[in-house]
Amino acid sequence: MEHIRMPKVENVRLLDRLSSRRAVVGTLYLTATHVIFVENGSETRKETWVLHSQISSIEKQATTATGCPLLIRCKNFQVIHLVIPQERDCHDVYISLIRLARPVKYEELYCFSFNPKLDKEEREQGWKLVDLNEEYNRMGVPNSYWQISDVNRDYGVCDSYPTEVYVPKSATAHIIVGSSKFRSRRRFPALSYYCKGNNASICRSSQPLSGFSARCLEDEQMLQAIRKANPGSDFIYVVDTRPKLNAMANRAAGKGYENEDNYSNIKFQFIGIENIHVMRNSLQKMLEVCELKSPSMSDFLWGLENSGWLKHIKAIMDAGIFIAKAVAEEGVSVLVHCSDGWDRTAQVCSVASLLLDPYYRTMKGFMVLIEKDWVSFGHKFNHRYGNLDGDPKEISPVIDQFIECVWQLMEQFPCAFEFNERFLIHIQHHIYSCQFGNFLCNSQKERRELKIKERTYSLWAHLWKNRADYLNPLYRSDHSQTQGTLHPQIAPCNFLYKFWSGMYNRFEKGLHPRQSVTDYLMAVKEETQQLEEELEVLQERLANLQKSQSGNNKVKSKQQDRSKQFGLYTSNNSLANTPQEYSSDLKSFPSRSPSQGDEDSALILTQDNLKSSDPDLSANSDQESGVEDLSCRSPSGGGCLPSEDSGKDSDEAVFLAG
Amino acid sequence: LLRSSQPLTGPNRRRSREDEQLLGAMLAPGERGFVLDTRSAQAAKQARISGGGTEHKSAYPGWRRLHRALDRGRVLQDSFSRLVELCSDPAVTMERWLGRLDSSRWLSHVKAALSTACLAAQCLDREGGTVLVHGAEGTDTTLLVTALAQLILDPACRTLEGFQGLLEREWIQAGHPFQLRCARSASSHARGKQEAPVFLLFLDCVWQLSRQFPLSLEFGEQLLLTLFDNAYASAYGTFLCNNERERSLCKVKESTHSLWAWLQQPEEKHKYLNPLYSHNPLVIWPSVEPQSIQLWQGFFLRWVRPSQPLEEAWGQIQRLVQGS
Repeated sequence: MEHIRMPKVENVRLLDRLSSRRAVVGTLYLTATHVIFVENGSETRKETWVLHSQISSIEKQATTATGCPLLIRCKNFQVIHLVIPQERDCHDVYISLIRLARPVKYEELYCFSFNPKLDKEEREQGWKLVDLNEEYNRMGVPNSYWQISDVNRDYGVCDSYPTEVYVPKSATAHIIVGSSKFRSRRRFPALSYYCKGNNASICRSSQPLSGFSARCLEDEQMLQAIRKANPGSDFIYVVDTRPKLNAMANRAAGKGYENEDNYSNIKFQFIGIENIHVMRNSLQKMLEVCELKSPSMSDFLWGLENSGWLKHIKAIMDAGIFIAKAVAEEGVSVLVHCSDGWDRTAQVCSVASLLLDPYYRTMKGFMVLIEKDWVSFGHKFNHRYGNLDGDPKEISPVIDQFIECVWQLMEQFPCAFEFNERFLIHIQHHIYSCQFGNFLCNSQKERRELKIKERTYSLWAHLWKNRADYLNPLYRSDHSQTQGTLHPQIAPCNFLYKFWSGMYNRFEKGLHPRQSVTDYLMAVKEETQQLEEELEVLQERLANLQKSQSGNNKVKSKQQDRSKQFGLYTSNNSLANTPQEYSSDLKSFPSRSPSQGDEDSALILTQDNLKSSDPDLSANSDQESGVEDLSCRSPSGGGCLPSEDSGKDSDEAVFLAG
Repeated sequence: LLRSSQPLTGPNRRRSREDEQLLGAMLAPGERGFVLDTRSAQAAKQARISGGGTEHKSAYPGWRRLHRALDRGRVLQDSFSRLVELCSDPAVTMERWLGRLDSSRWLSHVKAALSTACLAAQCLDREGGTVLVHGAEGTDTTLLVTALAQLILDPACRTLEGFQGLLEREWIQAGHPFQLRCARSASSHARGKQEAPVFLLFLDCVWQLSRQFPLSLEFGEQLLLTLFDNAYASAYGTFLCNNERERSLCKVKESTHSLWAWLQQPEEKHKYLNPLYSHNPLVIWPSVEPQSIQLWQGFFLRWVRPSQPLEEAWGQIQRLVQGS
């Protein structure tokens, strides 16, 4: 609390990007873990809670007649635009937030004070929900080709790897250690995914320290061992996910890539995904487009293209598709690496796994996938997502891109995933929120040192508990889309990559389809189930009745008309009914003469009378998992605040093209 | 909601007492009127040179004039052609895709059309005024706006039957010159001067509405595609000719079958219904932000995009809604 200069400011205005009419006045509070804005106004007192961990940047703008503007940009893409009446107060808030959003010690993070009121046993159980040993067993290892190795048991070989890795049977400890010395950050080739059906595998590592001509016998033996672990193929692919130019530049620094001449029986391939700096800038540019006021279609499309974001998403996807094809269709094992093997490698391996194995498209399987390829293999969560204050050049939306790839696939294959868009959005949210301990630190080693499992809670348990919210009603485990490999169309496919407004405009409810197909279908499903249960009960009763009667009078049970049954589903029509901004788009019509200007501005539509029918859209800066947070929020035991169910995401209407 | 064509004001600012009386009579005492001109103020002014023009303020008290320029004719046709070309170009890279999509300007037209329709709807619903829509001829962008505005405002137009009625009223009987507009396809090299995909633009806007309000239209995408197809080439007489007079002269009603009759048949009808539909009595206000307007892939990439996963999804939706 010592960082908070100003715990409370009154008469603060919260502005809306799309409509200046929707500004609300309220009180701003700063606590040790959150920034909270509470609307004035008797009935609603709507609250916006923002975790300090979510704050990406704070911008203080020049004071105007109305006050001093303060923009809080969040890692979950929420943008809070406040206007604080006194410049001095604004400055105090600004300074406090700067410090609060840049914690220095892990203990400052919310996960260490978050208390969902579970006992020690439940906390432990929560951490056990995802078990990687079980996962490798499910894959089919260890077996005659693959063994588990504890050579890294004290993190002595590679401190960013887990203590247990899977390696080919013929890879001795000597080979592993030797190979690790020839790999950047000691990240030697290890198993990511094993395909039971044809023994092909996906292995991952970092770049070899080959420079222009260096060789390492053990590293070459390691790759041979991987090849030998797949008797169905006489070569392996080595996929370098970097652009060729970057990889070559690395050679000058004593690193580089595998020379086909030195490594027997490998086919080398560059895939060309850009580095973390390019991706950081790309996201930045895209978010700038999202912040434009009243953009024209051109502003938006050109802005999006200039950011290059979708191009990068496609590059990651293409890499995953290549690897999945190699494994599933050619039956060839693949070794994937980038520079350090913890960013692009993780993205590409997990996309490929998702395409290959329907298990990862289930809710549990997806959690396992993230746990395996991201958490256990040492993706640098702290550096990339800024748990603690660090080097801004390390920040990059790496896992965000992976999550978006999954969303793009969900749009192409609506029946293939057990979970829905909301699941993805909440996972992304919590990677940055530091409310749970799963995504802290940079490696397994660091997490164990901090005793994360004893001191924090697991996100997976929390999501699993609420899994009913995350189900995809179209998912059927016996569907063709959920069996075997997914084959996204490769060409033409540019149009298949859509802008994910559910994520990047998450808090601007007015932008999204105002009716959620997912929620509607889930309600239908539930209701059908209930009716079926009722029917069963009635039929039993009927059978009993008939037994006890003489059997002459048959009573017909009425089949109720399904189409009128959806009484339980309150089709939330009120959400649909607020006009958006139609008259402010002055840019597109330059031909309007000045004298016309008056006519239009006279059309000030009174939105205030809408508030009662549409509480949701009038202040569209809902904190999404504010709903979940509410039940377990304040460590200091503050009262339970109104949980607003309307905080549910309106899921993208996926299927509307059919 | 009224529609007409442009007043023939001409370069000498002619007036017509009858026209002024008519418009005056449209307004209830104290009610406001809005003239929504689908040409830019500039274009409307220039129209005077060739005998057209706009309603002068003093001649029509109570009526306020708004201009919302909507492209039509050759501009719209070129936009359409460019988009069709883009969608069938195998060499487009991801780097160029969005830029070229924007260069076609088609989505900008969709945004403009929807915005204007929403404006008209707002004037009616929120301002409680009367709206008169016209462009030049009153046969293209005028109909686009009035038809869309009704879809937005009136739940009855969102039923299958209501929508057919809307099309009959606002497009066919209102005299949209289908024969001239839908003479040839976008890929044809021999394009007539009168060709323009205004009706397609309307269908695209309807699709945008259905995407934003998936539960509120009783019909689905398949109906829109079928309507498009039939506007260009049809076994039915519904979209023949350019207006009721021509249809009467050609004895269309006596010598052809109606598309609507065919669609009404139970074995056909079910293909066009939206399984997610439930009656929504309220006005549906779409968002016209760029993020909310998407390329109508089901139409522009109809033969290119993988249809199977989506068909399976719809099948699953049908199954869920009808119960197991």
